[in-house]
Amino acid sequence: MPVMTLTGNYAVAHAVRLARVKVIAAYPITPQTTIVEKLSEMVEKGELDARMIRVESEHSALAAAYGAAAAGARAFTATASHGLLYMHEVVWWAAGSRIPLVMAVVTRAIGPPWNIHVDHQDIMDQRDSGWIIAMAQENQEVLDLTLQAFRISEDPRVYLPVMVGLDGFILSHTRAPVDVPEQEEVDAWLPPRRQPYVIAPESNLVMGNIAPDEEHYMMRYSMAVAMEAAKKVIEEVDREFEKHFGRSYGGLIDCYRCEGADYYVVLMGSWAGDAKTATDRLWEQGYRVGVARIRFLRPWPRERLLEIASGAKGVIVFDRAVSMGSVGPLFMEVAQTLYPVSVSLRGVIAGLAGVDVSADMFEEEIKRFIHDVEEVGVVYDPARWLIPEPYKGKYPVYPQEVVR
Amino acid sequence: MAESKGPLVVEAQVFFKAPLSRPAPGSAGKTGTWRTQKPVVDLDKCTGCLLCWLYCPEDTVIRLDNGKVGIDYEYCKGCGICATSCPFDAIKMVPEG
Repeated sequence: MPVMTLTGNYAVAHAVRLARVKVIAAYPITPQTTIVEKLSEMVEKGELDARMIRVESEHSALAAAYGAAAAGARAFTATASHGLLYMHEVVWWAAGSRIPLVMAVVTRAIGPPWNIHVDHQDIMDQRDSGWIIAMAQENQEVLDLTLQAFRISEDPRVYLPVMVGLDGFILSHTRAPVDVPEQEEVDAWLPPRRQPYVIAPESNLVMGNIAPDEEHYMMRYSMAVAMEAAKKVIEEVDREFEKHFGRSYGGLIDCYRCEGADYYVVLMGSWAGDAKTATDRLWEQGYRVGVARIRFLRPWPRERLLEIASGAKGVIVFDRAVSMGSVGPLFMEVAQTLYPVSVSLRGVIAGLAGVDVSADMFEEEIKRFIHDVEEVGVVYDPARWLIPEPYKGKYPVYPQEVVR
Repeated sequence: MAESKGPLVVEAQVFFKAPLSRPAPGSAGKTGTWRTQKPVVDLDKCTGCLLCWLYCPEDTVIRLDNGKVGIDYEYCKGCGICATSCPFDAIKMVPEG
């Protein structure tokens, strides 16, 4: 297998090529653009036999990919930030009609003010739509996860669309060595496309017509059933992928140095690498800290996290997004999951709009949390805003809520 | 594998319900009662070009045996698109009642 130095965006493009995608709908937005740019080049050079559809908006980009997928083609699109918000309505249509489809989301802050740097506000905004939502940590995983996404989405136990999240610029525009599988290897691993129905001129089907309320309710229920089934499928696909390509990421959660840990860091995306560096240093200093990196936000890995964190002294969650008027969305998930076990919890809101959070800062925050737990007993601190330089110290850490 | 073509449509393996239906007349009841104006076809002017039949959003323009068109008044809502789309001025909208 050739190793290439690829940006995260090019890693997505190569995965899409290897998956033999037939239809790509493209509308440019930073930092996603180089994905569809690369794909367009591949189509032009004859390296990928696909139809490229240039559209007038992201709403149309997803609508075109979704239409092609409903008609029976393996389809793909990619977006970010405001583009993802603009296509939000179609996000729900694609999931609700149970059409297998893969979309890359290069996570980026939402304006105003205008900002092109990474945070997770855009992808968090899609949480409730019925898409499977995955986040990668580095470029190799971006390629692997994109390939896996097609297999998961098209599994007859799932039939839900999948978003593959990668952090803007940190992954999307940074080159790293990526092992790119050969076409024959991917062909042997990725089955031909499967889907629950096809909408074609002769199929005489109407999709999305008005339905009795109870039918609508049961369609939502069936999506919940599929999400539950997807947990098993994701773990299976991870194992199958390892058999063929020699790489495993732990399925729903990548648990790093979890063996014998008392404390856990929960987060998702590229900054998990910095958190892992911090925990390596903390182990050297005698702290026993694991990193539970969430690979799949949806379906939410409740059982797996409960298994990991049962018996832990504390869990600290780093959110790169916030639900205004409440707390970080990842914290909400962790708190509802760990309700049955007695464990200290802290939610840290950091890294919004691309504000850098270094391994040093992770180390300091994790250490502070451990000291608070050891001093106070049970800590429940849902939203600690990590105020960046140069504002640090000039504003209260809000809210200060350390509860015994 | 790329070469071995399995079936594209494979039944879901868990409880599955998709928002699908097949076209059937009158799923919203007899919508003809919604009309305030009705389209009336002048068969002398109608050339059978079928533009109105293509444009009707409710499939209530009927193709007649003589190649021209009629209206299904049980379901026609009286939107007037057929009258607007007719290049031969063969459809007039007439107030109901």
